[in-house]
Amino acid sequence: MDTVLRFLTCGSVDDGKSTLIGRLLYDSRALLVDTLEGIERTSRRRGATAPDLSLVTDGLIAEREQGITIDVAYRYFRSGARTFIIADAPGHEQYTRNMVTAASTAQLAVLLVDVRQGLTAQTRRHALLADLVGIPALAIAVNKMDLVGFDPAAFEAVVYAFEDFAEASGLRARRHYIPMSALLGDMVVERGEHLPWYLGPTLLEVLERTPVEDGARDKPFRFPVQWVCRPRESTDPLLHDYRGLAGQVAAGTLAVGEEIVVLPSGRRSRVTAIELGGVPRERALAGDSVMIRLADDLDVGRGDLLVRADESAPTLARGVEADLVWLDPAPLAPRRTYLLRHTTREVQARIETIEWNLDVATLERVPAHELAMNDIARVRVKLAQPIAADPYEALRDTGSFLLLDPVTWDTVAAGMIRGAQ
Amino acid sequence: MIAPRTHLDRLEAEAIHILREVAGQCQNPALLFSGGKDSVCLLRLAEKAFRPGRFPFPLLHIDTGHNYPEVIAFRDRRAAELGERLIVRSVEDSIARGTVRLARPDESRNRHQSVTLREAIEEFGFDCLIGGARRDEEKARAKERVFSVRDEFGQWDPKNQRPELWRLYNAKVPPGGHVRAFPISDWTELDVWQYIAREGLELPSIYFAHPRPCVRRGSLLAPVTELTPAREGEAVETLWVRFRTVGDITCTAPVESRARTIEEILRETAATTVSERGATRLDDQTHEASMEQRKREGYF
Repeated sequence: MDTVLRFLTCGSVDDGKSTLIGRLLYDSRALLVDTLEGIERTSRRRGATAPDLSLVTDGLIAEREQGITIDVAYRYFRSGARTFIIADAPGHEQYTRNMVTAASTAQLAVLLVDVRQGLTAQTRRHALLADLVGIPALAIAVNKMDLVGFDPAAFEAVVYAFEDFAEASGLRARRHYIPMSALLGDMVVERGEHLPWYLGPTLLEVLERTPVEDGARDKPFRFPVQWVCRPRESTDPLLHDYRGLAGQVAAGTLAVGEEIVVLPSGRRSRVTAIELGGVPRERALAGDSVMIRLADDLDVGRGDLLVRADESAPTLARGVEADLVWLDPAPLAPRRTYLLRHTTREVQARIETIEWNLDVATLERVPAHELAMNDIARVRVKLAQPIAADPYEALRDTGSFLLLDPVTWDTVAAGMIRGAQ
Repeated sequence: MIAPRTHLDRLEAEAIHILREVAGQCQNPALLFSGGKDSVCLLRLAEKAFRPGRFPFPLLHIDTGHNYPEVIAFRDRRAAELGERLIVRSVEDSIARGTVRLARPDESRNRHQSVTLREAIEEFGFDCLIGGARRDEEKARAKERVFSVRDEFGQWDPKNQRPELWRLYNAKVPPGGHVRAFPISDWTELDVWQYIAREGLELPSIYFAHPRPCVRRGSLLAPVTELTPAREGEAVETLWVRFRTVGDITCTAPVESRARTIEEILRETAATTVSERGATRLDDQTHEASMEQRKREGYF
């Protein structure tokens, strides 16, 4: 059975992320000849003796000029039966929004730590953000071991420091610590010769063994309606009354004949058909994009949520308590009305209260009256119309939202629902 | 017994989700269809997303006037079979209008497509263009969002991309701007070929091995055509080749191959050691960042 692991690489700037990804791709033979030749050409031109593997990921002109990563770069490689999607997130604090983009869909985060620097503010920020968006596994890559003579005590100091931090901040993710030298290749794909005292798995082994099942099929059925198919202009009279509800199953399963409830209206009906591209199927599972037809001609449209009548329902909420990451350069305007996107639904929303703002350095929850870019805060949001919400821990699709600026339509914040009223 | 979902099933379901977000959020989208293999996949995905209804958008092709006739014939036939509306706008017309000026009459028209595309966006008021670009193609593409915001000039600002979290795609833009949507962002070249094989999709004939007069230029093959004659001193050979990507004749190179079926192409693709653009793009060789430059200027 083929599986896919989406993982994120993050950490402070200069901790060697780009080199690590280059090494991972190079040693797993995922780099093609022309890419390698390009890297070798550029490395030579810059006077390097060995190919600079960090050039694999630094794609943008500004990134080359500054020698840093600005935006998330996606890379793909295979090992055995598993496909890997790497989202390489930038280390600079000002690009935290890009890091959150990459983290939101990742199943594991590789957190780079320069063994000489130990934990920096940015390491802590990335670990907290990874935990906030619910990434279940962290691989802490203690890099640049070559620069401390591959000293086990230096590695252990980082492990202890991180465990202290994890305990203080209540990190829930499983943690793997791997000493490595991305530059020389030790413990990335190959074990290398310099770390005989380390008996744990290499980074690639951790990636290969990380479970990818999210259990979404075993959760209650959730189906946000994206679009309604009504081919009325068709010459086929059979299609004249056709009404298909198009969407992707966020969780659970649905079979033909089962009873559903439309939220927020609460109207009920029975499933008469499940189709894809006009081809019928018996059931739909979490992750499937399908079209659903109902026995009754209900008023259902984009923004509605179908759930099963025999399963637990989400909360119809006019207000939510949420962890909010502010992503826009313009700070939160507390009296302003924003547009809240939850599944396919859009409602007007206002931040009612900021309960606290997290000080990443001290882990203190400090009172706040405004939010600026990169702030992580607990807020109460008031909604003009109800949304059908689940807690974020229960289901990401129905537990997350965006705030959009109603003028620029830009995405200004991302929220994770912790409570709904 | 529930059939397990494969990697291709997941990619397909995600792409359909993205297409339906375009339909749900945008007023006036269009799907870019060139007759190439990636856009052939997009059409099948659109069928799965929207049938038995019609597509909620027309197909759009920006024709450089330098395309292989087999591909143009295939484009027209495929649109007619689907019963969907195809809009074609040509670089030729932009040249006649004076909005595109060529430095040399025989130069590549590839980058001039951006102008014609912009003109088409203005003419029809499109607020979203759906394209078949993939992140595995090229370094600048690897950094692009699934929904990528463009300003009035069609420009991409790589330093100021919108955050894009979970499956919550934001396709909204203020008046004057538009978004580009890339439903197969996460597909690799091998995924595309596997999908074509699984779905039994038809492709233009030049994707399969055929004899063609070519010259060798550096590590690449250049096809010898009326538009692209051999240069002085170059030896013309008739070689068995196929195209891994089809585009403007002046800048798309074939690769040597005997693969005449999808299965043979799949075997070659799985074993390939050179990237798709590296093997086929005569215009990307000049500058490391040439794709990013073109994208900033509004190129797809």
